[in-house]
Amino acid sequence: MAKTYEPIATQTLGSATTTVTFSSIPSTYTDLVMVIAGSTSSGDGYLQFNGDTSSFYSSTRLYGNGSNAYSDRISSFGVTIGGFTNAVSIINIFNYANTTTYKTSIARINNPAGYVDATVNLWRKTPEAITQIVASAASNWASGCIFTLYGIKAA
Amino acid sequence: MLNNIAALTNGGVAAIGDYESIQTYTLSTATASVTFSSIPATYKHLQIRYIVRSTQASTETGINARLNSDTGSNYAYHYLFGDGASVAAGAGATQTSLNLVNVTGASATASAFAAGVLDILDYANTSKYKTLRLLQGWDGNGSGRINLSSGLWMSASANNAIEFYPSSGNWAQYSSFALYGIN
Repeated sequence: MAKTYEPIATQTLGSATTTVTFSSIPSTYTDLVMVIAGSTSSGDGYLQFNGDTSSFYSSTRLYGNGSNAYSDRISSFGVTIGGFTNAVSIINIFNYANTTTYKTSIARINNPAGYVDATVNLWRKTPEAITQIVASAASNWASGCIFTLYGIKAA
Repeated sequence: MLNNIAALTNGGVAAIGDYESIQTYTLSTATASVTFSSIPATYKHLQIRYIVRSTQASTETGINARLNSDTGSNYAYHYLFGDGASVAAGAGATQTSLNLVNVTGASATASAFAAGVLDILDYANTSKYKTLRLLQGWDGNGSGRINLSSGLWMSASANNAIEFYPSSGNWAQYSSFALYGIN
């Protein structure tokens, strides 16, 4: 049986930057997993697919801040992946290469400075394969942030 | 380090090279249930990754799982979910299946599918009950649910099969279940 969980690309920031782009993502996997470790200057991070900056993204979120648990809904211009202060976020992007369904992703955000979060996201653009992911920050991603994209290939 | 972070979060304590695809079902027509059978006992953990949508005429429907075709009252679970407005928790004991809470139904946004990652820990062990954990959700642009669950199958048998079926209706076309083994 083939080994099937593979790193596709990694970027480590040498200086603060607003966006990090993964392009020419091969369509040969079944799911993608993005792992982001680090901080932003302030505010949330989000993902955009295939350069789509429209409002075709929506999210349902569950989070706890150490005192209470909350759930809310976000309609946005990107996949919401939460705030970052020495945080680790893992975003599962399911069946990213199929051209028949909208794309669902689930993010688990572990932000030790503030909260723990699970978010499901829907990208409603006319179904197309995801070939590019841009990770953006409301402010900058800090120097030292590590972005790694993995592919999981089903039999 | 990131390799280990990803593996821990998605399945277990394993390096990425120890993650193998076992079998996948992608439905070409609506189907009542999906079963992985004759699962080899050669891995440490199992992970099932899926996208699903039910044909039931509602915005969401339940997803259930049974191990080894066991229809006895040998299942228990807890769940915590958010529906975009409130947070709730629930549990079941001595159940005849694992209730994995809800996924997308036929009345939800067209072409939207729920997604989930289900881990079955130490599935082949014959000296203890089996613990499962789940991260699952669906969003319908104004509706949706994100869910964390734990499950228990009260059997010391090695887990060699798992079935997924909706509470009502069938799994819709394009639903897909992929089974992986982790060493």
